[in-house]
This record gives sequence, C-alpha cells and structure tokens, in this order.
Amino acid sequence: MAEKLWRVTMSPHLRDGTSTSSIMWTVFCALLPQLGLSAWVFGPRVLLLAGVSIGSALLAEWAVRKAMGRDNTVTDGSAALTGLLLAYVLPPGVPLDLPFWGAVFSVCIAKQLFGGLGFNFFNPALMGRAFLAVGFPVAMTTAWIMPQFPGFLSSLAAPDAVATATPLYVLKHAGLAEFLREFGNSRGWAALILGFRPGCIGETSPVLLLLGGGWLLYKRIITWHVPASMLAAVALLAWVFGPEGWFTGPVLPHLFSGGLFLGAFFMATDYVTSPSRPRAKLIFGAGCGALTMLIRLKGGYPEGVCYAILLMNCLSPVLDDWIRPRRFAPPLQCEPGKKP
Amino acid sequence: MSNERSYTLLERLGNGLVKENPIFKLALSMCPAVAMTNSVRNGFLLGLAVLFVQVASNVTVSILRRGIHERIRIPAYIIIIATWVSVSDMGLAAYAPGFYKEIALYVKLIVVFAIIISRLEVFASRNPILPSLYDGLGMGLGFMFGLMLVGCFREFLGAGTLWGFEILPFKPFFFWSLPPAGFFAIGLIMALFIWLERKFNAWRAKR
Repeated sequence: MAEKLWRVTMSPHLRDGTSTSSIMWTVFCALLPQLGLSAWVFGPRVLLLAGVSIGSALLAEWAVRKAMGRDNTVTDGSAALTGLLLAYVLPPGVPLDLPFWGAVFSVCIAKQLFGGLGFNFFNPALMGRAFLAVGFPVAMTTAWIMPQFPGFLSSLAAPDAVATATPLYVLKHAGLAEFLREFGNSRGWAALILGFRPGCIGETSPVLLLLGGGWLLYKRIITWHVPASMLAAVALLAWVFGPEGWFTGPVLPHLFSGGLFLGAFFMATDYVTSPSRPRAKLIFGAGCGALTMLIRLKGGYPEGVCYAILLMNCLSPVLDDWIRPRRFAPPLQCEPGKKP
Repeated sequence: MSNERSYTLLERLGNGLVKENPIFKLALSMCPAVAMTNSVRNGFLLGLAVLFVQVASNVTVSILRRGIHERIRIPAYIIIIATWVSVSDMGLAAYAPGFYKEIALYVKLIVVFAIIISRLEVFASRNPILPSLYDGLGMGLGFMFGLMLVGCFREFLGAGTLWGFEILPFKPFFFWSLPPAGFFAIGLIMALFIWLERKFNAWRAKR
C-alpha cells in the first residue's frame, strides 16, 4: 500500500500520450495525401519508389544498429519517415536502385554514424538527396515524368504546351516570359497550385502539403515560425530581385513551383536539425528562404531548397546559443560555477 | 638526445606503414589524399615522389641538425624541402616526361605537404642519419600504401578498373570517382584500418 501512496517521480507530472514514434507517424500520415496525388499523376511507379525507399531505410536502420551493438530503433518511425521524405525529393522517373542507395546513405552515414536520432545535425533525407545529386547527376536532373492531367485541365495536355522540364527549370533557363506562356493562364495556375506539373514526387502540390502542414500545426507538432518566415523570405526576395529591375519580380512562380512547401513545412521543421527557440526559429526560416532564393537566382541549380536547409542546419546550434531566453530570476550575484 | 631508443629498419617501416600511418593514423596531407586517389596509378606516382622527397629531406636535416638554429628551423626545413622538390621536379621533367605530365601539378605542391615537415620536426631533427633514413622510408612507403589503398577502393568501385585494366565490364558507382567521395573513402578505410589493428593487437595480447 505504501508503494502506491508515496510514489515519488521527477517532473513533469502531467503528460499526454505524445512520444517520438507517435510524432513520427503523425508526420508520416500528414505526408500521405501528396503521395496519393503523385501516384495518380505520375503513375503507380511512384508507389514502388516510395516502397523501396522506406523499406531500405528500415533495413539499413536495423542492420546498422545491429552491427554497432545498439538497441533496435526500427519501430520509432524515424527511419520510415526518412525513407518517405527521401522518396519525396526524388524525380519520379529515377531507376529503382537510387532510392535504395540514398536511403542507405541517409540512415547509415548521415544519421547513425553521428549517433542516431537526436544527434544528427543534418537532415538525413536531404543528405540522401545531396548524395544522389552528386553521385547520379544525370538521373537526378532529367528523370522527370510528364504529368497526366484530369479532364478539367485537359487543354494543357497538348504536347507543346508543357515541356517535361520542371517549372523552375523553365523559369531559370527560358525566362519569365516562357514560364508565363506555359503556366500563365488560369488553367496553368490551377495546375501549379493543385499539383499537376512535372517535379519531384513530393513537391508538386502546394495545396495538399499546406493541408498536411496545417494539420501538423493544429496538432502542435510544428510551430508556425519556420514555415512562415521561410515563405516570407522567399516571397520578399523574389519580389525585390526581379529579372527586369528592383521590386518587379514574380512572387507566385517562386512560391508555387519548387519544393518550397515541402521544405518549409516538413524538412526545415525537423526537431533535431532546427533550433528550438521561437526567435531562433524565425531567423532559421528566414535564412533558409534567403539561401533558397540566392541559389535559385544566382546559383547553378534551378532549385535551392535542399542545400539551403542543409546549410542552415549547420547554424541551428549556434542560433540556439545566440538567442537565449530572458532570465526571470534576479541577476546573478557572482560568476556562474563559483559558490557565493 | 640520440639513441634513447634504437631504431631499426624493420621497426621504422612498421611504424610508417601501420602504427603511425600518415593517412590513416596521423591524418596528415589529406588534400592530396583526396585529390590524387581516383586511381591506383595516380596514388602510386604521387607516393613515389613523396617517398623520394621525404627520404632526401630527412637525411639532409639529420646531417645538418646541429647546424640549424632552433629559432629559424622552420624556414630552414622549408628551404631543404623546396630544394629536394625542385630536384625531383626537374629530374622527372628531364628523365620521365611521360610521368611528369601526369603529376606535374602535385609534385610542385609537395613543398607544403604537412607529413614531410612534421617528420622533419618530430624525428629527423633529433636523430642520427641512419634512423632518419629508415623513418623517411617508412613514412614515404606508408603514405604510398595509404594512397594506393584508397585508390584501389575508389578506382574499382568508381570505374570498375584497377591500374587501368578492366576488371568489371561496367561502372558500379560513378560516385566514387568524384572528389567528394575521397572523404568518404578515406573515412571508411580509416575506420576499418583502426578496427583491424585493434583486433590484431587484442589477438596478439591474448597469445
């Protein structure tokens, strides 16, 4: 009886059921609608790619934990989420061995060699993408698939209307006029916003990603700081640094035609690799957006979300250190570490 | 100062190849180790040039070690290394122009390789001529061995060939031929190297 009455525990005393794995699986589910859309638009091959990616991430997690003699962490969902996110940043037409190697690299080298979940300072899925972009450059930049259009958008499907290059590629290499010629009418905008365009598996539909991100915000799994400041920074810079002069830039194409929504809601908000304090999060998101625009406008790649987030990941410990919360207690009377 | 320990040829070779391998243990001169190891042949040629410069500089510094003032030793070492690098540079250009064409850029860069000046500072300036010669041999061979091992790994996986001969009819991983893969290759081989050495030492201690 005494045991029951006087059970002394450390705080926190009020808990809800949230755990690492429940968060991981919630994010996983929030991403699924986009996968369904991609499977419809690009064909069932997308599901195969996602399956290979998730399966090999789980297998790699199990094997590397086993080889290092550590606890088995397959069931916490982080490896499955990494696999799914890795599939999301691949073009839909890549060969099936790419997601395998990418997932092995993500889980073994980018995550487990740094100490596993919670110790990796780069986002594993984006590291996998960076690795594949270096190692398989041809497949990663050309394996786009022409999307299938539903009936109400059918006039777009004429072969000369949409080339099989991503909208950002058109914007970068053919210019704004060509972009507007392809996507400028109301049907083109509808296709861009709903997700009927060439692109990576998981980046095509801002609407569905916004829906998933909104659900995560509602469940309080992510906060608004990182996505809001990242989108704002991209919009601002796109407007300021236009192709024809200051303050003339096209905002909407830059917002809707790349992997920005996927990056802002699902990649940059990763707990492990982003700062944890609100003001630090704002700076982190703004930095991601600014670097994205720098790469898109001045860099060699049409899309810069991946490298922008990876670069800001390095800064997140420093940001947390710079931005300290204010002290509620009265100021210290002596040097910390010394007895008064 | 000298002869606190006796250095034999075998001991110095073992030290350079395994115990203090310049690439896998001391982690010195990593830039050429990343840049020149996309094939075995490149690694071998650069290793040969480094071996020559290391041995010659070690011996020279060892001869002059009582004449070099403590406070200007670093510039003095640099001049000695630069002299031998110039000798090997001009010698290669005169007698082996074919080789020279392939590694000309890196031969000139040997002046700034960290491994050479660190061996002069750590070993040759405090030891007589013969041990210094052995140490130069050991370190040079260890560096060559490291370069060739990484080169084997990367050339086989990246191009499917070894020393230019075709082993596999296809290219397994283009990635391994690229510069960033050099870091991964060296890191992985370094881990394996240290793990094997620990296993071996544990096994020897048990016997």
